[in-house]
Amino acid sequence: MTVLASSGVGEPDVQTMKILVIEDDREAADYLEKALGEAGHTTHVARDGEAGFSLADSESYDVLIVDRMLPRRDGLSVIAGLRARGNDTPVLILSALGEVDDRVTGLRAGGDDYLTKPYAFTELLARIEVLNRRASVRDGETVYRAGDLELDRLSHTVKRAGKEILLQPREFRLLEYLMRHAGQVVTRTMLLENVWDYHFDPQTNVIDVHVSRLRSKIEKGFDKPLLHTVRGAGYMLKAG
Amino acid sequence: MRPRIAAIFRTTAARLSALFLLLFTVSALGLVFYVTSLSERMLVTQTRETIDEEALSLASIYERAGLPGLVRSITLRARRPGANLYLLADPNGRPLAGNVESLDPGVLETTGWTQRPFAYRRFGEDASRPAGEAEPDESGHRAIAQISRLPNQMIVLIGRDIGEPERFRDIIQRAVMLALGLMGLGALLIWFFVGRQALNRIDAMSRASRRIMGGDLSGRLPVTGSGDEFDRLSENLNTMLARIATLNDGLKQVSDNIAHDLKTPLTRIRNRAESMLAGKRTPAQYREALEGTIAESDQLIRTFNAILMISRLQAGYSAESTGAVALSAIVRDVVELYEPVAEEAGVELTADAIVEADVHGNRELIGQALSNIVDNAIKYSAGVEGGGKVEVSLRRDGQRDVIAVADNGPGIPKEDRARVVERFVRLEKSRSQPGSGLGLSLADAVMKFHGGELKLSGREPGLVVEMSFETDEASK
Repeated sequence: MTVLASSGVGEPDVQTMKILVIEDDREAADYLEKALGEAGHTTHVARDGEAGFSLADSESYDVLIVDRMLPRRDGLSVIAGLRARGNDTPVLILSALGEVDDRVTGLRAGGDDYLTKPYAFTELLARIEVLNRRASVRDGETVYRAGDLELDRLSHTVKRAGKEILLQPREFRLLEYLMRHAGQVVTRTMLLENVWDYHFDPQTNVIDVHVSRLRSKIEKGFDKPLLHTVRGAGYMLKAG
Repeated sequence: MRPRIAAIFRTTAARLSALFLLLFTVSALGLVFYVTSLSERMLVTQTRETIDEEALSLASIYERAGLPGLVRSITLRARRPGANLYLLADPNGRPLAGNVESLDPGVLETTGWTQRPFAYRRFGEDASRPAGEAEPDESGHRAIAQISRLPNQMIVLIGRDIGEPERFRDIIQRAVMLALGLMGLGALLIWFFVGRQALNRIDAMSRASRRIMGGDLSGRLPVTGSGDEFDRLSENLNTMLARIATLNDGLKQVSDNIAHDLKTPLTRIRNRAESMLAGKRTPAQYREALEGTIAESDQLIRTFNAILMISRLQAGYSAESTGAVALSAIVRDVVELYEPVAEEAGVELTADAIVEADVHGNRELIGQALSNIVDNAIKYSAGVEGGGKVEVSLRRDGQRDVIAVADNGPGIPKEDRARVVERFVRLEKSRSQPGSGLGLSLADAVMKFHGGELKLSGREPGLVVEMSFETDEASK
């Protein structure tokens, strides 16, 4: 199964991750294991909370995918237990509940991101790739670069090939997020969450229009496209 | 009949009557005991006083006239009708004078007051006993007496029959017992009839509710028209049943709508897959079909999520996720979010009149509700002759903060306005537009969750949707 469109414009920089899936539903776990494997990641599966906790505690993983409702020990308690032992592996919580409250309690328990079932696999993949600690090492950088595009986080300026591009504040934040995760797929809901700080599902193509506006500003007059659309998933900023 | 009586005895009325009966009996018995013992004691005291006087007078006679005078006086007194008991006996207890024929043995051996009533017999007593009087027991009447010894060791007994106070006590006791018996019988009868009547009413209600549970939701509990508590209960339950029936109808309506709205995309997905399998296709065509399938499924999931969210909101949310929310910031966010979409659709989206306002609530939910409304407004005013216009405003209206979204689209006829906020209701002419038909329902649920309301009104031309919140005074 190929998840991402291989239309040639921008394959994501796949970095192999070691992932632990704690999920009691056999079918869902098998599907995740298979799909994550095809995306190039190594996956371990634990079928209950206790087994998941001891695996996560004894081995080193890049990302944990934890279902909330688990036999023997519930997901939030597993996460809280790991955090209490100083384990700060990024965690994506999966839940069938999906209310604002659940998101709040999930993140409070130490989760890093939250996804409601049913989810699109592309959404899950994009989120865990962004969560992956080893990929997101750009926190300390004050200037993001992608090809000839340059974004200065301190002076709030954007230049392409040395020429300044004027952006609205929101467009700047949108580009900042895309550049921070350059080479990674970011979905529309991720953009709405991180750039606008709203967690609902945008009904129409609101995000697309913002992205295409931004795209026309950073690509107009230049040959090389930078901001790619990944069909069925979202967007990716990548040079070349 | 037996289980029926058993059922009556299990009723609350029966239990209460039994309890009252018991309490009443105990207190009545207490009263009887008190009254009889008090009156008996009074009579006895009186008797003793009389006897004391007699003893004094007989003692003075003995002093003045000696033994013969005493014998004469006792004989005289003993002959009077209704006289006291008199007995003069020698030191060995053989009677010399008086009206006592026999005594309980041993009575004369003491002096002073007899400790307890003793039995005695008078001379010629059988003839003098009035008719109807209680049959004296074998040893005769009962009396109390004062016994004293003269200086020459002769014994003088002066006593009085206590049959009268005992009879008095017996009469009172019998009367009270009779009254109690009658009351008990009455209580039993009332108990039986009232209990049975209550039971009949309850049985009728049970039968009716079993019918309703059996599926006949149009059934109602019987109301007799007497306006008693059973009627009031039935009326309340009937009102509740009517409400349930309404909700049930609503649910049916909604499930019909869900079925209708979900059938269309499901059919499309299925047809697409089928036609792909039917002939030889290029990989690109397969890819396109699969992508279309995913897009359709996503829309279905979105619809389900919206339904779920509305239900959760209607069921009530925990207060954990709420706090002070700046409405003005939400309005600016949403307008900014939708501005490019509006521009692309040729709609002018403005937000000029915005006051600063805080409410208590959930920023996410309010943001989502407002997005839905703005989304609708842009959708319906796009393509209007002369250009679509959507104005978003936030104003203070007395104690309320009101976000208004006004468009110049076709609007919604007055009679349909209440209906469009219901789940899945989409007016026929808008069925062709994309959307789940849940946007306004969700906004309505969000407003109700916040204790506010969603109001739809018209203007020429267009629709105004207002989100009206109660001002959060606490956050000022």
